[in-house]
Amino acid sequence: MDTFLQQMVNGLTAGSVYAVVALGYTMVYGIIQLINFAHGEVVMIGAMVAFSVINLLVPSGLPPLAIVLIGAGCAVPICMLVGYGMERLAYRPLRHAPRLAPLITAIGVSIILQHIALMIWSRNILAFPQIIPSRSYFIGGAAITTIQIAILAICFMLMASLAILVYRTPLGTAMRATAQNPQVAGLMGIDINRVIAVTFILGAGLGAVAGVLFGTYYGIAQYTMGSVLGLKAFSAAVLGGIGNIPGAMLGGVLLGVVEALGAGYIGDFTDVCAWGVPLAACEGGGTFILFGSNYQDVFAFLVLILVLVFRPQGLLGERVGDRA
Amino acid sequence: MLLEVKALEVHYGGIRAVKGIDLEVEQGELVCLIGANGAGKTTTLKAICRLLPSSGKIAYAGSDITRAKVHELPRQGLVMVPEGRGIFPQLTVEENLAMGAYVRGRVDAERQYATFPRLKERRTQVAGTLSGGEQQMLAIARALMTEPKLLLLDEPSMGLAPMMVARIFEVVREIAKRGVTILLVEQNARLALELAHRGYVMESGAIAVSGSAKSLLEDARVKEAYLGEAAS
Repeated sequence: MDTFLQQMVNGLTAGSVYAVVALGYTMVYGIIQLINFAHGEVVMIGAMVAFSVINLLVPSGLPPLAIVLIGAGCAVPICMLVGYGMERLAYRPLRHAPRLAPLITAIGVSIILQHIALMIWSRNILAFPQIIPSRSYFIGGAAITTIQIAILAICFMLMASLAILVYRTPLGTAMRATAQNPQVAGLMGIDINRVIAVTFILGAGLGAVAGVLFGTYYGIAQYTMGSVLGLKAFSAAVLGGIGNIPGAMLGGVLLGVVEALGAGYIGDFTDVCAWGVPLAACEGGGTFILFGSNYQDVFAFLVLILVLVFRPQGLLGERVGDRA
Repeated sequence: MLLEVKALEVHYGGIRAVKGIDLEVEQGELVCLIGANGAGKTTTLKAICRLLPSSGKIAYAGSDITRAKVHELPRQGLVMVPEGRGIFPQLTVEENLAMGAYVRGRVDAERQYATFPRLKERRTQVAGTLSGGEQQMLAIARALMTEPKLLLLDEPSMGLAPMMVARIFEVVREIAKRGVTILLVEQNARLALELAHRGYVMESGAIAVSGSAKSLLEDARVKEAYLGEAAS
């Protein structure tokens, strides 16, 4: 029971970050049917920029919270610029090209961004400075840290704000209109290039915050961190139904929970001794675990495979993805 | 002259779909453009709205819009209701209308609801669930939200039941009466000519006949080809 509660807390925390990243994938897919594989790299750049700024400011003696906020405050506009730049330079010229061209370009952009980050921040795993003192609270046998509470609060606030923007403002309605019929949206006076650029910028801004949260949570950052995180968030978006905004939120949280529970229990379930196999290692209550919690990443992709096989349109999606 | 099209040519790849046509619409006029399938009517409208690249000159309200962007035209009062209605199926009726008012930034749908009470009843309904006729009403109402000076209507009667066709034409007449200039593309030549002041008949990318609606209704060639009457 303790494992269950604890892994729920951990899963919800990671899942809410996945959800925020997944929104970047799903918004872009919804509006131009492009899977922006470079989005994970935007998240990584967000973490890296915040890392540099925070390290720079630590000696200044500013309050830790202010330092982290300034770090995030620098990461967000820089990532927005990266997001706008990739749309303007890489994807817009290919708007009317066959579908595979922008998709392959996205992979190219992802590689370019990774290597720019490699040149700036080196290939080392960087230790994210843990300057915010973390306290733990206990609820029913599970510990939740102040950082986890902050991550949950920030992510759910971001998701709520985005939902309000998309479903309650003229700009959001214009985004949905452009997604449904860009030509007619243009005839209504909507500058669809601008709407698409705004979509990229919003997604990148969310990604930047997610990057900072991720770095703060796990305490590390590396130039490759974007690919696995990006793939997981992409899986989350597919799980919820790609192109569907509430779906990305649901998919992200669910994926985080599945992954955490999977990591929490996989050891118990693959303990050969518990199966009754007489091994030397089992004597005296020993264990022989086949797959440990380091197999955590497997679950996200297992979910992706299961969704693609059994419900390719995702949990909340209506459109069946017949496109690359 | 509100709209002046000179030597308009549109190409689809190697095919000349519109072959250098001249077309004029005077302020306050209701002009119809009729012709068979594939004559180039829709292509002409799309070129005027800048959805298609073209050569030749298009002047609207005294300014050259040949190089304008699609989304700049509604701001100047030039709005098109596209063929097949082009409503946003997953937005509600209200949201569709709000998109019509996007360039003005002020949504006051009451006037449209007065003209189309049916839409008021369904204001919170998702537009994709409306019937064909209601969708056409919505498309027209949405265009009117822009407060257009010149309204381009592309086949508003297409695929509708006869009763609904009559209702749509009634609406078009009403809008024209309010002082909105209209360029109407129609396959239903008789209804269009009965409504319009002037008409152009397009045949394979060129204007075959033009003149007052009355003279076209009596033109032997038009009668035979488009009004289903034997030439006498």
